[in-house]
Amino acid sequence: MNEQIATHHDVSYLDYRGKYKGIFAWILSTDHKRIGLLYLYTIMAFFVVGAILGLMMKIELFAPGKTIMGPQAYNSFFTLHGIIMIFVIVIPGLPAVFGNFFLPLMLGAKDVAFPKLNLASWYFYIIGIIVVLFSQFMGDGAPDTGWTFYAPYSFKTQANVLPAITGAFIMGFSSIATGINFIVTIHRMRAPGMTWFKMPLFPWTLYATAWIQLLATPIIGITLLLIIAERTMGIGIFDPALGGDPILYQHLFWTYSHPAVYIMILPAMGVISEIIPTFSRKSIFGYKVIVISSLAIAFIGSFVWGHHMFTSGMSGVSLFAFSFLTFLVAIPSAIKVFNWVSTMHKGSLLMRTPFFWAVSFLWVFMIGGLSGLMLGSLAINVHVHDTHFVVAHFHYIVFGGTGFAFFGAIHYWFPKMFGRRYDASWANIGWLTFFIGFNTLYLPMFILGIQGMPRRYYDYLAEFHSGNIISSFGAIVLISGILIIITNLIRSARHGEKTSVMNTWGGKTLEWTVPTPPPLENFDEIPIVTKGPYDYN
Amino acid sequence: MNSNISHAHGHDEHEASKFGMWLFIFTELLLFGGLLIVYAVYRYRNPAAFQLAGEELDVMIGTVNTVILLISSMTMAMSITAIQKNDRRMALIFLGTTIFLAVVFMVNKYFEWGEKISYGFFPDTTSLHELGQGTILFFGLYFVMTGLHALHIIIGVVFIGYILFKVQKSEIHSGNYYLLENGGLYWHLVDLIWIFLFPLFYLIH
Amino acid sequence: MSEHKSHVTGYRTHLMVLAALLVLTSITVGITRLELGPLNTTAAMLIAGLKAFIVLAWFMHLKFESAFYKIMVTLVFILFLLILLVTFFDYWFRT
Repeated sequence: MNEQIATHHDVSYLDYRGKYKGIFAWILSTDHKRIGLLYLYTIMAFFVVGAILGLMMKIELFAPGKTIMGPQAYNSFFTLHGIIMIFVIVIPGLPAVFGNFFLPLMLGAKDVAFPKLNLASWYFYIIGIIVVLFSQFMGDGAPDTGWTFYAPYSFKTQANVLPAITGAFIMGFSSIATGINFIVTIHRMRAPGMTWFKMPLFPWTLYATAWIQLLATPIIGITLLLIIAERTMGIGIFDPALGGDPILYQHLFWTYSHPAVYIMILPAMGVISEIIPTFSRKSIFGYKVIVISSLAIAFIGSFVWGHHMFTSGMSGVSLFAFSFLTFLVAIPSAIKVFNWVSTMHKGSLLMRTPFFWAVSFLWVFMIGGLSGLMLGSLAINVHVHDTHFVVAHFHYIVFGGTGFAFFGAIHYWFPKMFGRRYDASWANIGWLTFFIGFNTLYLPMFILGIQGMPRRYYDYLAEFHSGNIISSFGAIVLISGILIIITNLIRSARHGEKTSVMNTWGGKTLEWTVPTPPPLENFDEIPIVTKGPYDYN
Repeated sequence: MNSNISHAHGHDEHEASKFGMWLFIFTELLLFGGLLIVYAVYRYRNPAAFQLAGEELDVMIGTVNTVILLISSMTMAMSITAIQKNDRRMALIFLGTTIFLAVVFMVNKYFEWGEKISYGFFPDTTSLHELGQGTILFFGLYFVMTGLHALHIIIGVVFIGYILFKVQKSEIHSGNYYLLENGGLYWHLVDLIWIFLFPLFYLIH
Repeated sequence: MSEHKSHVTGYRTHLMVLAALLVLTSITVGITRLELGPLNTTAAMLIAGLKAFIVLAWFMHLKFESAFYKIMVTLVFILFLLILLVTFFDYWFRT
């Protein structure tokens, strides 16, 4: 036994040859690092698809009237764009890729608590994607409901909504399985000496996220099941003609889908909390406050869902309560921003690609967050509800927040994951193009929204033309940035300069103490932790 | 591929799997919790119709099924006691009884549902639609909630059957019985849900 | 097998737990036959809550688990009740 174990330590997880060969060595592997990469490849592939769908929509909006597609096609495009981007990319995104890969490494563990369940979660995810894709090619046309599947349209439309809903439902299992795995791992598998408050911040945010995944996902699960029952059996639960209340669907949908935004953004905050101290050469400012803010966001965030429904016809008391709670949840998020800025203050900053992503994250997250407060106040919300303002806001949070953190994370951990360096100048060019494109695309949409341009229309009045031209131009710049970044990463993963430097950036967390790329079992000997995670003294 | 990597073993593994099972039970509780919210809202809006529709359900069958499920929960709990005492024969008897009771529950359910369907209390039928919105919602929820519960019973029967097989082969014994314990937790969850469904559907007054 | 000895619940205890649950069941059935108005539902839910507590504590062994499990289960129930409450902010006051 010892001999066999000994060889494991020498061989990196990338080169390891187990029972299975070729692709099976990956898709049947229960190694958390390989599963992380399986998620990474799937997510990147679908991200390109989703981004192209988004680009097509922006091209359609380049000029008023029909440009490249008609209204029905436009409906299908934003529906598929939403389903892919939300359910396939940003919800699993950071936890499934970087959580899987780095959580055990950062805790000093050899794997997650349930490796087989971990692999199963990837299969649920893939099956869910396949079922969703079926919706495009079967039945009476691609779904046209938007990713929100609002009742009663979602069971009245002739479009092929059923597979899309079923696929989203199946992906829920994947999310729950990951959540269970992470909670048990964090509770039981921290290295000796790593007390709760010596745990790095990325695991902390994954912990808060995992609880949301666990407790909120069943609510959307049952809601989607009810829509399935509505479509197949006509039970009438959400059908106003049969006494059902469509607003109740919105309540249940957002009871999950608002906390889902925190599933997306909390791990992003965790990544930023890793990058900023490493590149500032300074201990993070207010570690415990960041931890408590993460838990507070997860908790309060569970009761703010109604701010998506301010114009749906809720009671006045509800409007007041949800608006108040929304302002409340902004406090812990803002605290974190101050923490990050204070961490950089008087630090010796290392200007490298991951740091650029982290700093630009602060910019987009601030714009997204502040516009979120505007939307949280009732009077403004009624004015800009269902306009481009909302679209701009959530792209700043969801794409800006999670997306910037995702690209920051991959540039931060890339050398560790692949044992190769990426081309830094192309990475920087990619980042700059992306950043310029992103803001050119979404900033004008705030103005368009205030002027009154509604969302989800393929057509608009002539007065919105100039804003849309700028925005569509930004989309082209943005997609060029994405292509530069992804090409650079793929090329570097295959041909980049090999490196076995353990600690690329001088980070203090445990993943930088294992060989590069990490061996199959991560740690030769389980480390004993004595210091806090960001000890730069 | 790396089954030879054992991260936690013995007691640790036992604790981890129990912890995981509890987390799974939380998701189940909130799954039914979502339905309870729907139920609460519609009953609040249609109190009279819910009461009238509730009277169509057979309190006798409901009570009998409640008693059956409570007894099966006890036999399931007793099978763990038997295993802890290293009494394989009694454990098998208790597990067999649990499965038997679950099947009786399902048979009752079959007759109950059959009767409702034959009266036309089934979603999307004109006979139900004539009875008004509150009744439609009541029976919609009745079939979804008891149906989802019944699905859990069926999964439980399969799960307990698998456990029984493992006990038979002595793979579950007094030194390693966490699978049995998790099966028990699952089965009590099914009981727990029924404890709420029973008064909410059968005993509205 | 390990330093931690798991608690063995005797058959007698299980029988008594069942007896308690059956008594509570008959009380629920009986009480809903009385005319108590809206109190009927309250009573039925309180008894169901008590039964759930008994099942959780004894059958699901929560009574013998560490405080951590008890806190977790309590928090999950509180979370559910809070979600229900916040949802009803809408329905109680809808005009």
